[in-house]
Amino acid sequence: METLVFAVFAFLAVASAIAVVAHRNPVYSTMSLVVTLFSVAVLFVMLGAPFLGVIQVLVYAGAIVVLFLFVIMLLNIQAEEMPQGGQMAQRIASILGAVVFAGMLGLVFWRTMQPNSPPLTEELVSLRNLSRELFFEYLLAFEMIGLLLLVAVIGATVVARRPQQADTTEDWAASGDAPRVDGARSEPHINPETGDRVAARAGRS
Amino acid sequence: MVPVSWYLLLSALLFAIGTAGALTRRNGISVFLSIELMLNAANLSLVAFARQFDEHTGQVIVFFVMAVAAAEAAVGLALFIAVYRQRRTIDINRINLMRW
Repeated sequence: METLVFAVFAFLAVASAIAVVAHRNPVYSTMSLVVTLFSVAVLFVMLGAPFLGVIQVLVYAGAIVVLFLFVIMLLNIQAEEMPQGGQMAQRIASILGAVVFAGMLGLVFWRTMQPNSPPLTEELVSLRNLSRELFFEYLLAFEMIGLLLLVAVIGATVVARRPQQADTTEDWAASGDAPRVDGARSEPHINPETGDRVAARAGRS
Repeated sequence: MVPVSWYLLLSALLFAIGTAGALTRRNGISVFLSIELMLNAANLSLVAFARQFDEHTGQVIVFFVMAVAAAEAAVGLALFIAVYRQRRTIDINRINLMRW
């Protein structure tokens, strides 16, 4: 029974992972990633980490993937054009390299692991022991993660913020030395050699 | 009883798929998705090792990795939005301002 569940979800994870990588439309890629994350969450539960399985579904499938979808739809990204010219060689080389890499990694894992693992103990599964480890031994790291998330949120807000509107800078414009803050409509700011291409792309879409 | 080695093999496979995706895709968001896939494969192997050695340390590390992945996704997607505003594309072959 356990082997059957593992086989089903391992197959599901690998198949949807290939779909993530192979599909040209990023929306479908993201949806396949959700399937992969769910399958891996099931495997977490089977490995005696139910808390991590729940966190995986909540944080990854619930928050991060929604963030991805939001950005994809905000930017209105089209499916990639077919690769032209030298892209094919790059693709074949990277697939070959990935296969060799997987083989080597798998071989190392296979060699180092003993075939029979110890039975699942109650201490490993219990949430109490996990939280004790988390909040005693790794308390500093936990606090640091909280700080990191705060910094990341502030940084993301600052980076993604729309540049200041022109109406707040009318006084500057009148005085002649306007600060370059109108990034939203900034065709002149773009590198001259790529500016025409950018304009052409914007006109097409 | 599924041996832990199978989980490790699956994790290696997922990691390799993610690597191939990160190398071949040209859409910045898709590259990002592939990196998330690689992070998840690493998480799977960490949990498998925690199971093998009957220790919680691997699970704690996975917890931290997830938090860092969330932060990374937020900052990275914000960067993509900023780049898209300036260049009207997120094709990673065209975002070459910092290439020397």
